[in-house]
Amino acid sequence: MPERKKRMITTTINGEEITFLCEPRQTLLEVLRDELGLTGSKEGCGNGNCGACNVLLDGVLVNACLVLAPEVEGRELVTIEGIAPGGELTLLQQKFLEHAALQCGICTPGFIVAAKALLDENPSPTEHDVRLWLAGNLCRCTGYDKIVRAVLDTAAALQAAQTTPTEVA
Amino acid sequence: MRAVDYVPVRSVEEAVAVLAEHGDRAAPLAGGTDLIAQLKEGHRSIDLIVDVKPIPELMELSYDPAAGLWIGGAVPCHRISRSQVVRRHYPALLDSTTLIGGIQIQGRASLGGNVCNASPAADSVPNLIAHSATCHVAGPQGTRTIPLEAFFVGPGQTVLRPGEFLVGFRLPVPPAHFGAAYLRFIPRNEMDIAVVGAGASVVLSPDGQTVQAARIALGAVAPTPLYVPEAGQALVGQPVTEESIARAAQIARDAARPITDMRGTVAQRKHLAGVLTARALRIAIDRARGTKTVDSLGRLNGHA
Ligand code: FES
Ligand code: FES
Repeated sequence: MPERKKRMITTTINGEEITFLCEPRQTLLEVLRDELGLTGSKEGCGNGNCGACNVLLDGVLVNACLVLAPEVEGRELVTIEGIAPGGELTLLQQKFLEHAALQCGICTPGFIVAAKALLDENPSPTEHDVRLWLAGNLCRCTGYDKIVRAVLDTAAALQAAQTTPTEVA
Repeated sequence: MRAVDYVPVRSVEEAVAVLAEHGDRAAPLAGGTDLIAQLKEGHRSIDLIVDVKPIPELMELSYDPAAGLWIGGAVPCHRISRSQVVRRHYPALLDSTTLIGGIQIQGRASLGGNVCNASPAADSVPNLIAHSATCHVAGPQGTRTIPLEAFFVGPGQTVLRPGEFLVGFRLPVPPAHFGAAYLRFIPRNEMDIAVVGAGASVVLSPDGQTVQAARIALGAVAPTPLYVPEAGQALVGQPVTEESIARAAQIARDAARPITDMRGTVAQRKHLAGVLTARALRIAIDRARGTKTVDSLGRLNGHA
């Protein structure tokens, strides 16, 4: 049996190259939260059901609780901490506030990362598209409707901004 | 999760060597949506995780006009759903790849993992059987090819021998006038395990009126995914009518040998096997004809 050596992993997180030491059994979520202090990603269920731990791995939405830390060697990660560069809220985040799309807030980072991935792929989703895309994110508080409205409103605002030539973002 | 070791492997040979050396104390890792969850929950105990994603064949998704489609065992569902060749030549595969888990599960979950996890309710399996998929397996004795319908032994059990692993799937080039579909019944809209699933494919005559070949497979009605060759056989040479569809559906219903559990009863599952077979067949026929005469539930327009 090979001994369970700690592994040195180098990866890019929110644009910054980072090297960390991990045990092979540690998940990406554990390393983000417990080793790197990136506690924006939440642990709801730890088994892929709630989406609170959503991150983008090479641009693809995944559950960080179901990725092993050593798997991210040489990859590119975006966490909730990398969504709002310079600390300014993105339009999506503002719309969450406007629509009161959060109460306790523990699900919010996961919803924001998931909704960003949706809007990046499909800038004009229907309500059905939004509900389907967010089906892997659980929220105990809001009843989902406000979240769906916030995402649809973001899409509408981004579309409107695109057709106004003076407001190039 | 208890202590475990991790090794990425870069070739089929390397994977076989490592897996053969460690036997059932090692397991291949593809998307991890089953394996990592099972390890965390203590449902499985191994010493070595063998990450097969660095092997090029495992992550290859490619189409050859002679050989058909190659789906590497670790290719995630989201890549299959977005692939232009899949959308063009095997659009019915999306019936499965867009409903396995939520979007973040699809970002990692592979068909190879879905198949090797060997759940009787696996959503990719009836669909892949309808597409005549074969499994390409590598092991200490070399490689072998197994029709998917012969891959399963029981819940969680496959024909894989110690040291063997699934490299990928080959799907033949669809003949002209081919159509397929997969449907499942769950008590809610998304994110659940099939109470029953049904996959169907047909090859029609050029005028779209006669069935030349058909394949039907069911999920969650037996200890393994269930291929029902006699249901497809009953359609061969038959005109495309509600009567011939109903006959095939009845055969599928009779072939189902489900159990009663928290998700459904024997009677409900047998009923669903018939209903879903008929609906999947109607959608497959529709797709083979290139028409749009059924709704998303597989009901012929104007029919109940
Ligand atoms: S914590 Fe990862 S999906 Fe719930
Ligand atoms: S705001 Fe509390 S769980 Fe969503």
